Amino acid sequence: MSTVTSDTPIAHGEHGHTSSFLKTYVFSLDHKIIGMQFLFSTLIWFSIGGLLALGIRWQLAYPWRPMPILGNLLAANEGGQIAPENYTMLVTMHATVMIFFVIIPILAGAFGNFLIPLMIGADDMAVPVLNMLSYWFMWPAFALIGGSFFVEGGAAQGGWTSYPPLSVIREAAPGSFNGQTLWLMGVTFVGISSMMGSINYMTTIIQMRAPGMTMFRLPMTIWGMFITAILQAFALPVLTAAGFMQLADRVLGTGFFLAEGAMANNSEMASGGGQPLLWQHLFWFYSHPAVYIMILPAMGMVSDILSTFARKPLFGYKPMVYSISGIAGLGFIVWGHHMFVSGMNPMLGMTFMVSTMMIALPSAIKTFNWLGTLWGGKIQYTTPMLFAISFVSMFIIGGLSGVFMAATPVDIFIHDTYYIVAHFHYVLFCGTAMAVFGGIYYWFPKMFGRMMNDSWGKVHFTLTFVLMNCVFYPMHILGMQGFPRRLADPYHYETFKNLLPLNMFISWCAFILVGIQIIFVINFFGSMFFGPRSGRNPWKANGLEWQAPSPPGHCNFDFQPIIYRGPYEYGSPETQEDYYPQTQPPWEATKS
Amino acid sequence: MNRFWSFLFLLVPIGGVACFVAAPYFNIWLPRDVSEHGRTIDSLFMFILYLTGAVFLVTEMVLFYFSWKYDANTNQEPVKFSHGSHALELVWTILPAVTLLFIAIYQMEAWAAAKMHPPVMDITCEVTGRQFNWDFRYPGPDNELYTEDDLVRTDGKLFLPVNEDVLLKITSADVLHSFFLPNLRIKQDVVPGMDQQMWFKSKKTGDFDIVCAELCGWGHYKMKGQVTFLPRPEYEAKLAAFGVEQNTMRVEVPEEE
Repeated sequence: MSTVTSDTPIAHGEHGHTSSFLKTYVFSLDHKIIGMQFLFSTLIWFSIGGLLALGIRWQLAYPWRPMPILGNLLAANEGGQIAPENYTMLVTMHATVMIFFVIIPILAGAFGNFLIPLMIGADDMAVPVLNMLSYWFMWPAFALIGGSFFVEGGAAQGGWTSYPPLSVIREAAPGSFNGQTLWLMGVTFVGISSMMGSINYMTTIIQMRAPGMTMFRLPMTIWGMFITAILQAFALPVLTAAGFMQLADRVLGTGFFLAEGAMANNSEMASGGGQPLLWQHLFWFYSHPAVYIMILPAMGMVSDILSTFARKPLFGYKPMVYSISGIAGLGFIVWGHHMFVSGMNPMLGMTFMVSTMMIALPSAIKTFNWLGTLWGGKIQYTTPMLFAISFVSMFIIGGLSGVFMAATPVDIFIHDTYYIVAHFHYVLFCGTAMAVFGGIYYWFPKMFGRMMNDSWGKVHFTLTFVLMNCVFYPMHILGMQGFPRRLADPYHYETFKNLLPLNMFISWCAFILVGIQIIFVINFFGSMFFGPRSGRNPWKANGLEWQAPSPPGHCNFDFQPIIYRGPYEYGSPETQEDYYPQTQPPWEATKS
Repeated sequence: MNRFWSFLFLLVPIGGVACFVAAPYFNIWLPRDVSEHGRTIDSLFMFILYLTGAVFLVTEMVLFYFSWKYDANTNQEPVKFSHGSHALELVWTILPAVTLLFIAIYQMEAWAAAKMHPPVMDITCEVTGRQFNWDFRYPGPDNELYTEDDLVRTDGKLFLPVNEDVLLKITSADVLHSFFLPNLRIKQDVVPGMDQQMWFKSKKTGDFDIVCAELCGWGHYKMKGQVTFLPRPEYEAKLAAFGVEQNTMRVEVPEEE
């Protein structure tokens, strides 16, 4: 593998050295600043998405009762009462915000940007301008989707999956009047942003690794980002194309996704000739790989944190790399499992069941290797480590509950019930979001040069860990009863009447869960300004990023990094210390 | 504080199992099943529940044990400097692979029965989803749909014979809906422009919910129907009564191709 020669910092030195505030902090080309911009934007959207979720939870606990405090924001014109069309808007926008504005950009945009050059020993991304544009292309999306709340008819109401004809026929739902058009344009901008990021990440990781940083010396975080970038590059064009087709159906009167004669609410008769299921195929061809886009970088970050605080090499590095590659490959042939009861040919259901079962395999391998990493270590229970271990613990639940949905006959019953809601929240909230919290506590010293408060971090962890399980675990039980998702008031059904108390319990836990995040916010901003200085390597970690100054200066490293080994050589017999930085030459190691 | 954290992680397997054990006592479980094929689906569900439950317990207990034993505050042993084990990787690749493949193959028969082999018979009733109602059209005395004597019901109440195979033709008039009968373990999305069939047999008489399980607009939550299973004579009497009612009320049969 070719590696970058030492003249790289000079070649890239020209894009900086500007002093104006605007160029340094706003239209910055520096990957670290862009990473921060992504981080702050996504954290703000994280809180918005969380508030939208509270609206959903209120309605399920107290159907049609005016919602105190937040109701004035979510449903001001109804006096805080969540109208049925508002409820469908809430579920749609909660998912949209969390997926497109939080999880994908916080992993790839925030952590990817900040960490990739630091971890591979580059001074910046391969194409800094593209990098800056990838952030600024998020803003049209923020504006379009954020603004869609205020247009006539309100924001999109077709679910985050936007299944036609509901999303295409303008009269089918209030949110399909204007909101859906803005939604489609917003998601397209997110796609453009992701695409620019993905090209940059691939190029940077392939081309700009420091001398000695071979592919198999890359930390798992970088592997996660790399595979994610490849997934995005191959899957996104399909979503973009499908988005344009749906847009054309809405504004140009084409009929890609409309069957002949379809009409709703006295709309015009559709010109037809299309097939609603086509959208589902195209959408899930992107959105299933996107599920892995939302978890692979998190898995990488967890692997790094686990190894650091177990003070022990990562168990089975290569199997880990192969299994995320396997997930990426298989990820492209399992999309049909979202469509088992959609009307898709049942024969295809069989095929997709087998491929879906098989994709559980690499996830299982990863879980066993994480457990292997803990085995025989000396575990330091720092805040990031607690979040990382909880990721493993929660991912086991999220992974195993997936087997139910993969089994086609069982899926007939639990499809679109709270079982699936429990499943993906275990993967995305209890999994990815916990990894994100862990990652923030872990790399905060590198980002801001100061430590976050560990005791308050542990309080935050403990409360979050307990409460989120109280919120999401009982949803399995709701799903077992057949409780359907996206239903504003399910209690008038005989079958679901008895579920109100459990839903109230879940809702109250959810309210508290969101409320206690204030601990994190205060800790985050307080530590940014008043935290103790961290120095370069507060965790005594091996990773290359910990050899750079904290926070790293403009071209990251104040020396030319040369890499001698992988990032997981903790407790190596070659050195007396319990860690062995990637840049430490073997002849300088303190032998016992 | 020593080992506090490992006990926090121990709460996961304990709480996880407790939740499923306690649920039936709060009357929350798989809803009552009255269908013939539902038993297969339920037993497959329980099979996966026990299997994944066992894996869940074992892995979470291992996680607890490691986090308890290897706590840096108490663990005096030196760190095991290990990069992995080829043999272990093989074991935990092949074992889950075989298990997962087995689960997949084990499901196939039930799936084929539920979705691929319709009974050879006349259509019992046509179900049409529309915002936000379920409409039913019975073929009437001549047993053929789209003829003069069809019985059209728009009150969301479906009547079917008990202990007999029924074959429904289902479709949608506007957007996607999903025809979900929790007590019969039946769910099928209805798609405008697509005629689909579904079939089942109820073993019990009584009224059961029809739920829409695919987001279909603001009124999705109230797209509620009811299916009633009656013994053959009562069922026929019911349809005859509908015929009389329809003829006297002069409800026009809408033109459909």
